Amino acid sequence: MSPPCPRSGLRRRLKHLGVGWLMALAAGCATTGEADPRDPFEGLNRAVYAFNDGLDEVIAEPVATAYVKAIPNPVRERVRNFFGNIADLFIGVNNLLQGKLGDAGNDWARFLFNTTFGLFGIHDVATEMGFEKHNEDFGQTFGRWGAGDGPYIVLPFFGPSTLRDSVGTVLDFRADPLTREGHSERDAAILLRLTSQRADLLEAGRLLEEAAFDKYVFQRDAYLQRRRSLIYDGSPPRERIPDARLDAPEVAPRAPAMARGAALRSYAPRVPANYDSVMAALDGGRR
Amino acid sequence: MILRWLRRSSVGAALAAFAAPGAYAEMPPDVLVKTVTLEVVDIVAKDQDIRAGDRRKVIDLVEAKVLPHFNFTSMTALAMGQNWSKASPEQKRRLTEEFKTLLVRTYASALAAYRDQKFDFRPLRMRATDTDVTVQVRVIQSGAQPVSIDYGMEKTAHGWKVYDVTVGGVSLVVNYRTEFNNQVREAGVEGLIRNLQAKNHSLASDYAAAEKK
Repeated sequence: MSPPCPRSGLRRRLKHLGVGWLMALAAGCATTGEADPRDPFEGLNRAVYAFNDGLDEVIAEPVATAYVKAIPNPVRERVRNFFGNIADLFIGVNNLLQGKLGDAGNDWARFLFNTTFGLFGIHDVATEMGFEKHNEDFGQTFGRWGAGDGPYIVLPFFGPSTLRDSVGTVLDFRADPLTREGHSERDAAILLRLTSQRADLLEAGRLLEEAAFDKYVFQRDAYLQRRRSLIYDGSPPRERIPDARLDAPEVAPRAPAMARGAALRSYAPRVPANYDSVMAALDGGRR
Repeated sequence: MILRWLRRSSVGAALAAFAAPGAYAEMPPDVLVKTVTLEVVDIVAKDQDIRAGDRRKVIDLVEAKVLPHFNFTSMTALAMGQNWSKASPEQKRRLTEEFKTLLVRTYASALAAYRDQKFDFRPLRMRATDTDVTVQVRVIQSGAQPVSIDYGMEKTAHGWKVYDVTVGGVSLVVNYRTEFNNQVREAGVEGLIRNLQAKNHSLASDYAAAEKK
């Protein structure tokens, strides 16, 4: 462990907020009535959503807009590439945990080429070489192992999530090289990354504003669909859209996760044999 | 390099198709998607007014080039789900019309954000007897995972028509179903139509206000 540092950074502050949030959850504000079975805490979630949305409107969106205006696109692309390159390391770890050795190799090859030929990752030369960027995180890994979504949860600051993905996010956060304690200069890096990520979502935010009647519902459904697609790496089994023209019976919109019976309803992921050794290897770099 | 060459040669193919407008009806679904996509983004990339933010022009472009290849009745029916049967033929017509206006607007907004990204058109494996297919396109971008755009398409008497668009795994039809369902439950089919109209009106006045600036 690193010695205690007076400026312990974003991480500790976020930890306190997490505790506060859990207490609010324990206090219980679940809605009654016509609740969506995927979203049993809709009342609380809407409150957190409103908080996040307000914060976004006042801080994140203006900062991201200013960033896009002030920084030319090629530079913003380098910033995105730089952080994307760091992320590739753990995308590879997650692919390994999911048993996709080829994909893991691809991700680490990306890291290798982009860190060297790509000058510490600011140029994404690997994509041009044919090594495609992947999208993986611990939440997806748990999904791959058979964990269902669990209830939909809107996390303060982080936004849409599920019980499974919240656990995943905690691990993502722990694994993230930028969130190690005791490095205050890393706060600046985290803020830059957040700004860059928010800037990439400006257009999507505008579309959401235009397309949705109820932004909360639209975002929730989009998130759940998106995560399902990501767990299956973009090719989820095709869900028959109920076709009223054929008088087909309504199918519940719930995603039938990995079709493994009871395992779907269990939130405890099944752990593969190599889990301990992989996690030990990850922790090794930290001490 | 190869991508760039592919793109250039496809623009050639698109131009060839442009010369024969009736050809769309006979095109296999993947060729149709590729032809129309390249044709449209080529216009967007070259048009100075669109690049400067002329919304009306993008909407006109979408209405002229993209809209004929969509089956909005199917889309609306699928988004309505079980509520479709509650609507009268007259309501179905108005619902479809309003939903179409909304989708054209959002499609135009997405298109206006296009900035020279490259496309990867996935080859489609289909049998000659298939009448319902998914055509996959991916938008390649630096430093991020490609964005997938899947077109659900059905065969009609007038050629292949799109009935759903799935962007990054999010199906438009599925996403609107909860919203439509909630609105019908709260205010009935007529209430949903009113809300769609109100939304379209407010979007139209937003654009008008933005253009005056």
